[in-house]
Amino acid sequence: MTTNTGVTETEVAETRMTETLSRGRAFYHSQVFRRQMILAGLVLALFFSLCVDLALGPARYSLGEVIAALFTPDSVSQQARVIVWEIRMPVALMALVVGASLSVAGAQMQTILSNPLASPFTLGISAGASFGAALGLAFGVAIIPAAIEFVVPINAFVMAMFTAFLIHALSLRRGVTVETIILLGIAMVFIFNSLMALIQFFASQEAVSAVVFWTMGSLTKATWPKFWIALSILALSMPLLARHGWALTAMRLGDAKAESMGVNPRALRLEVLVLVSLLAAISVAFVGTIGFIGLVGPHIARILLGEDQRFFLPGSALCGALILSVGSVISKIIIPGTIVPIGIITSLVGIPFFLFLVLNHKKASW
Amino acid sequence: MVTLQLNRVSARYGRRSILEEITTPCFQGGQMVALLGPNAAGKSTLFRRVLGLLKGEGEVIISGTSAERPVAYMPQDTGARAVLTVYESVLLARMQGRGLKVQPDDLAQVDRALEELSITVLGERDIGDLSGGQRQLVSAAQALVQEPEILMLDEPTSALDLNRQISLLTVLRRLADERQMLILVALHDLGHALRFTDAAMLLESGRLIACGPTAEVITPARLRQVYHVAARIESCSKGQPQLIVEAAI
Repeated sequence: MTTNTGVTETEVAETRMTETLSRGRAFYHSQVFRRQMILAGLVLALFFSLCVDLALGPARYSLGEVIAALFTPDSVSQQARVIVWEIRMPVALMALVVGASLSVAGAQMQTILSNPLASPFTLGISAGASFGAALGLAFGVAIIPAAIEFVVPINAFVMAMFTAFLIHALSLRRGVTVETIILLGIAMVFIFNSLMALIQFFASQEAVSAVVFWTMGSLTKATWPKFWIALSILALSMPLLARHGWALTAMRLGDAKAESMGVNPRALRLEVLVLVSLLAAISVAFVGTIGFIGLVGPHIARILLGEDQRFFLPGSALCGALILSVGSVISKIIIPGTIVPIGIITSLVGIPFFLFLVLNHKKASW
Repeated sequence: MVTLQLNRVSARYGRRSILEEITTPCFQGGQMVALLGPNAAGKSTLFRRVLGLLKGEGEVIISGTSAERPVAYMPQDTGARAVLTVYESVLLARMQGRGLKVQPDDLAQVDRALEELSITVLGERDIGDLSGGQRQLVSAAQALVQEPEILMLDEPTSALDLNRQISLLTVLRRLADERQMLILVALHDLGHALRFTDAAMLLESGRLIACGPTAEVITPARLRQVYHVAARIESCSKGQPQLIVEAAI
């Protein structure tokens, strides 16, 4: 049949179809572009925060001096060069790597357990690490014989991994659901907290202070070797996680749906749990307990970028790094002359910001 | 042409037997097969067994295909918790087992799947904001976008209004006829099964009660035995069999 304008109905239908198709695809492309821009914005913000972090301290430098020290070290004084590169750089970079590691760990724990509360903190990994560190700090116990300066981080790492593997082992039992894994994690938190209290009860006053300071989390423990180790683990994990990008995104649709798309949820859950436990354990071992990042970094990334892992994974890393870097800046300026432990700052400053984001976000973010 | 045959296929959860030695004739591309039976008859388990998600005795024989994953499955659980748009969630189903880079052909397949099911307008919506029926259609699109040769759908019409039920089954019928797809669909509406499907498998408590042309499988005696209803089948003015359920027994 032909319409008054001489165009057949089939042609009209085809034109309409092409219009709707191109609209759907155009929306997808604009969404991808918007997310790429957000990621680029996060990278820029991160660089700015890093520069501010490097500029702040007992000796203050302008941003121009910091950028000069970074890109043309010969153009600044030797003192500025040493302070920026040797003293502040490992701490500032450690903030980025630990922030990214904890956030990625939290993001993937939330993904594979399909639970918004999952994080290294809520699964007991941080509590296990704290217990290991406290054993070393209070009684000088070395779980694995090591040089004295490495006893605390190694104890923390071993206990964190032990906790993670205990949870993995229990999760492999028949009938254990993701909810059970979360419950196991919370049980771990309570067990380790009780053990910590027991250690503090028997330990000397001095040791108790050391344990309390450690559990607050502090970037001042950072050194170049620790930074390189943490960076290597992060650099190793990211491509391995990215390789499972589509499968991980599918996991958020539930096991039945993921299976129908050809994903093996149990195998993927195990592999990813091992990887993210490693990320969390290394971070906590080196800088202490910083609980907030692993929970909130991913949620902010989710609000900004959605849950397509192509954007969510790098987004989580960047958000975590940015939160901890900004936290590091605030920890230096909030009380002049004192660096407040970063764990306190991230929670105190970060949580109101997080609540603001969640409560003002129009769409459901979980 | 793709074919599917089950030979003494069994499945169990722990010690509990769910499927007992299911043997079927050889179904082939172009056919639409209804999987019938009351709740807990083993329909979903049979799908999972064909897909290889469950192990067990017997053989699932798929031949006439060179595709790596010839079977796509739409489960009952339409999972809609993630922060994803409809477009992304369908693309996601397409991209499993492929690289991270999305090719123009992948987007074309997403467009096509959404268009087939008349849900292109939902593309920009978040899956969490959809109604149950819309989720079910998105779930069907996720199966369709994988370009399967065998498409299995577990109660795909359970949350749809009458118009959408007929539309979806018409699309499935067309896919079987035009693309020579073998479609297995679990249905509770036996009237739909009589109208749209070529063959049917009737299950009860994990056993295959009957298998063959749909009109031969759905008989008053079997409905009484399996569904516990008194029913009769009459031909309408167009000669098509119509199911009339009189009472639950």
